[in-house]
Amino acid sequence: MAWRLKTALWRMDHSLKIVIVDKNPVRAAILEDGLREAGHVHVVRIDETSHLLARIYAVDPDVILIDLENPSRDVLEQMFQVSRAVKRPVAMFVDQSDSASIEAAVDAGVSAYIVGGMRKERVQNILDLCISRFNAFARLQDELERTRTALDERKAIDRAKGILMKAKNLTEQDAYALLRRTAMNENKKIADVAQSVITAAELFK
Amino acid sequence: MSADTRLRIGFIPLADATALLIAVDKGFTAAEGLEVEVVREVSWSNVRDKLNIGLFDAAHLIAPVAIASTLGLGHVKVPIVAPFGLGVNGNAVTVSPALYASIAAAADGNSIVDPLVSARALARVVANRKARGEEPLTFGMTFPFSTHNYHLRFWMAAGGVDPDEDVRLVVLPPPYMVESLANRHVDAFCVGAPWNSVAVDLGIGFILHFVSEILPRAAEKVLGVRASWAQEHPDTLRRLVRAHGRAAAFVEDHANLDEVTTLLAVPNRIGAAAEVIRRTLDGRMKVAPDGTVRVSDRYLLIGRKGAGRPDRVQAAWLYAQMVRWGQSPLSTELLTAAKAVFRPDLYDAALPGEQAHHAGEPADGIGAFAGPAFDPGDIAAHLVAWKIRRE
Repeated sequence: MAWRLKTALWRMDHSLKIVIVDKNPVRAAILEDGLREAGHVHVVRIDETSHLLARIYAVDPDVILIDLENPSRDVLEQMFQVSRAVKRPVAMFVDQSDSASIEAAVDAGVSAYIVGGMRKERVQNILDLCISRFNAFARLQDELERTRTALDERKAIDRAKGILMKAKNLTEQDAYALLRRTAMNENKKIADVAQSVITAAELFK
Repeated sequence: MSADTRLRIGFIPLADATALLIAVDKGFTAAEGLEVEVVREVSWSNVRDKLNIGLFDAAHLIAPVAIASTLGLGHVKVPIVAPFGLGVNGNAVTVSPALYASIAAAADGNSIVDPLVSARALARVVANRKARGEEPLTFGMTFPFSTHNYHLRFWMAAGGVDPDEDVRLVVLPPPYMVESLANRHVDAFCVGAPWNSVAVDLGIGFILHFVSEILPRAAEKVLGVRASWAQEHPDTLRRLVRAHGRAAAFVEDHANLDEVTTLLAVPNRIGAAAEVIRRTLDGRMKVAPDGTVRVSDRYLLIGRKGAGRPDRVQAAWLYAQMVRWGQSPLSTELLTAAKAVFRPDLYDAALPGEQAHHAGEPADGIGAFAGPAFDPGDIAAHLVAWKIRRE
């Protein structure tokens, strides 16, 4: 009996209709994948913000997830109002019983709205998944940014080496050693010294 | 520098964030020993939520959001207090060229600069559209609990237009207003600067009214802090309010306008052309694509005429609008709580000597173009004066 009830609840949860409003297609895709992996089959992504409310009403979702960088979050607030719409969403954790969860969500940059009188336990796992996917996406972006910076620095050092080799008639190894020594003496990063060399060379052109 | 004097303050890039931005960028907060980081946000929901959960210590808030949050309307109940008024007035109603022409034609030769004439003309336009079976007109505003929502409703209802039955009112983020007017998703909008001017400059909108023509004195944005935070940090709050008072006085000195608008124009502040921001602060607005200028000395009040000192009559008026449009029940307790959000006492503690009433300002504190004088002690009377209402 208990097992049957559990299965029924499981089925109910997985029949939830979820709307993702996110203008970042990569992040939205990552989130959608996560939700599907967790067994949610009714996931709709909306990346256009015009006629947002009409689009949402057409899907008639149980849960709405929206990124905080999206100005259209204010549009959703209109759904809270007494309106002719049948269903009214409420912001997740309106009772503030779980402030840690609210903070984690805001920190990750996502907000969730539950439509109708659904109990928050039922969507807690959805929000948790959302938070972890949003955070994973942010880490991915950080990593990309770091890789890009490292590449840019590498290029600057190579250019600075070339300039020094030509101007001071040095070998590549000596040019690098000079950059490194200067960086150590001035307590700077080699890439910063390299950038100064490039800037100076531009000025002397 | 202790944690007590290091503050994070959220804002939306609008001209009425000026006192806050200048307080920080011109060093008035630093002079008070405060280290303030201002954070540009994209939605009022974000500003409200980040203030509520403590990610912000203070915020640039639309006045009704501070009241709604305190009363727990529409969202989590978090008591907010407003010790400083960031702006009085500053909004405008902009309409598409097509709607402007329709309203002008329906005004029977009377000047539609008069809001009662324009509202009645709008009622005729609405009736004609209905008779022809056309879609209702759509008006954009910024938030359910916004001055823009109440200003539009107050104006059109005075002319006999029911804002819920006769037209559509939709929330639009301010940066999307102009685009939505251009691609005809909306026929008109009510928003703060610089968006009305942007629409006029692009030739896709006419400024029909300054809100100061509808309500000569309407509290717009406030500096909001959590009531609990205000209690725990009285000294920091006093310094913050003082810095705002100094900044507002600096902004209102015309000699400083070039410097002020240059500081505001940068991308991570308001991020609009200095000249466009200046029109708002000067009250010299280009209202039509042909270059017609309308001048008002009360288009946006930042520090002058007592605009910085929170006025409880304004809080009561905003609460009355929430009741009128069905957002809140009417009760003495709620009215008292709404009025208590505005804290002239905290203002006076930091900036003593401001008068409660300035000569030449509306006697009832509001000066609405229609209806009886507003009595903050009798909201029920304010409501029965109007045929169109929801409560």
